[in-house]
Amino acid sequence: MTAPATSTPVEFAGLSREQLMVMLHQMLLIRAFEESAEQLYFQGLIHGTMHLSIGQEATAVGACAALRPEDYILSTHRGHGHCIAKGAEAGYMMAEFFGKETGYCRGRGGSMHMADVETGNLGANGIVAGGVPMAAGVGLSLKMQKLDRVIMVFFGDGAANEGAFHESLNMASIWDLPVIYFCENNQYAMSMAIGKAARIENLSERAAGYGVNGVTVDGNDVIAVYEATCTAVEHARSGGGPTLIEAKTYRWKGHSKSDKQRYRTKEEVKEWQERDPIGRLVERMQRAGLLDESGFTQLQAKVDQEIVDAIEYAKSAPEPDPATILEGVYA
Amino acid sequence: MTRVFLVGEDVGVYGGAFGVSDGLFQKYGPERVLDTPISEAGIAGLATGAALTGMRPIAEIQFMDFITLSMEQLVLQAAKLRFMLGGKVTVPFVLRTPAGAGTGAAAQHSESLENWFVHVPGLKVVMPSTAADAKGLLLAAIEDPNPVIFVEHKLLYRTKGPVPEGYYLTPLSRSEVKRPGKDVTIVATSLMVARALEAATQLASEGIDVEVVDPRTLKPLDPDPIIESVCKTGRVLIVHEAVKTGGFGGELAAVIAESEAFDFLDAPSGGWRVDIPVPYNRDLERRMVPQVENIVDAARRLVKEAR
Repeated sequence: MTAPATSTPVEFAGLSREQLMVMLHQMLLIRAFEESAEQLYFQGLIHGTMHLSIGQEATAVGACAALRPEDYILSTHRGHGHCIAKGAEAGYMMAEFFGKETGYCRGRGGSMHMADVETGNLGANGIVAGGVPMAAGVGLSLKMQKLDRVIMVFFGDGAANEGAFHESLNMASIWDLPVIYFCENNQYAMSMAIGKAARIENLSERAAGYGVNGVTVDGNDVIAVYEATCTAVEHARSGGGPTLIEAKTYRWKGHSKSDKQRYRTKEEVKEWQERDPIGRLVERMQRAGLLDESGFTQLQAKVDQEIVDAIEYAKSAPEPDPATILEGVYA
Repeated sequence: MTRVFLVGEDVGVYGGAFGVSDGLFQKYGPERVLDTPISEAGIAGLATGAALTGMRPIAEIQFMDFITLSMEQLVLQAAKLRFMLGGKVTVPFVLRTPAGAGTGAAAQHSESLENWFVHVPGLKVVMPSTAADAKGLLLAAIEDPNPVIFVEHKLLYRTKGPVPEGYYLTPLSRSEVKRPGKDVTIVATSLMVARALEAATQLASEGIDVEVVDPRTLKPLDPDPIIESVCKTGRVLIVHEAVKTGGFGGELAAVIAESEAFDFLDAPSGGWRVDIPVPYNRDLERRMVPQVENIVDAARRLVKEAR
């Protein structure tokens, strides 16, 4: 519509307008998914709990944009965004959220175990740093099979203080495994501020202790996240081993449904909301003439419709047959 | 390419803390026999992640005591992934680990923690008692599409027995009658099978005919040979090395109590480790674990009292 595919300004790191539109679409879809998830919970249509990633859309999308479809990710309890960014369909995600048989995990996993193996998402995880040791295993497996693939494991600032994180990063380092350790530092491990949980300014400094590259990026700048991840992916693919990326970001909502948010101020939340990753991308694209008002409105309308369709699909999807309750424990 | 590889602490040039992988490094090289840092959570994670994406790892945890450091990856990840992901993945690995007391290694190098894993849906737990079973069950465990905890008793490393040549599989979840008899059933696991067989030989000279049943796979358990045996003898003695409270013996007792064998049962009894950590002192260590003479006494009492 506005600019040809190959001529985006240098600030977009070589991403074409089409690629940027895909990324913006994913970011909007993540936010819409999360907002609808919360509404469905308040309406009593969803039970359990959930961990919303509103405000963190740029980390999921920027990081996954640097991957190929055949690359793997391991995700976290705050994993809806990663799932969408890696290519999952909102309908099957929503069906899983509703606990339905046609959901990605046949209704057995729910929000905290959302996975789409076909698009390389090996699963969200209910345990902080739960996926991190497995990432080294996946990396070892890819290296042994001489596959031209990488594994990116997402984890939070809280997980960086789990022992398993250190064991995993160290092993990936000594064997040059194709693993990207992607830390979404959203400032709080539930209520524990990262400034109280670690003495260092940047968690990426820990990379030095394992002899690997570490980099800290603005996690609310999707292009910066993309660029940093591209460098790490290239390094991993060429046999250079792992990289620790720390993306500083912020979750707008509480940790989970029980969070009264006594540990932070409304002012702080507002300050971060002014650095809205979606708003920043839209603004940049508009400034560069890559997106106009009607283009954005159309995209938002498309996203809204996708969520309506996803919810409708999920509501009408079948419940698991109780006769299948024992399935899937053993292969 | 072959998908099976061995990974663990000192499994390479050293040959494993108990020599189990002696010569494998020389034969298969560093790519298939991989030494790790001292990182038990990491080792369990390596096995899980590699299994998830097409490999068939054999991980070694140097002493079963150290498996406590691997619990999260084994119990919350490896065991549950398939179920949580709606049956869309498999996690085929074997985690071998030496267990048991009798080496003077005291409380942190002598554990028998098998029942912790029996309690976890999604894991299989195998405990061989003979050399032939060790080979056949290990190969079956490697071929199995699930995570298998393979518990090897350290004292059994020193025992000898006939082993068939070539590649063969001893099916998992198949209990075996190791010695037929009609007076009393001893259900024993791992090293206790050997001790039960020795006790049976001694009791035979007193005219007591002992049947010894070895579950071999604790989870999922094959209960039928056990139930059939108890129906036949009417007396059962359960012997394992792990502590009594919360031990596998309780599970066996429940299986028997819930079955038709309960109607035939005149006298149950058990032999197991006293509920204490393993002591260093040679005599104390010996006393706390069932010995042949304890099994002989208990079985004899069962037969005499219930006559």
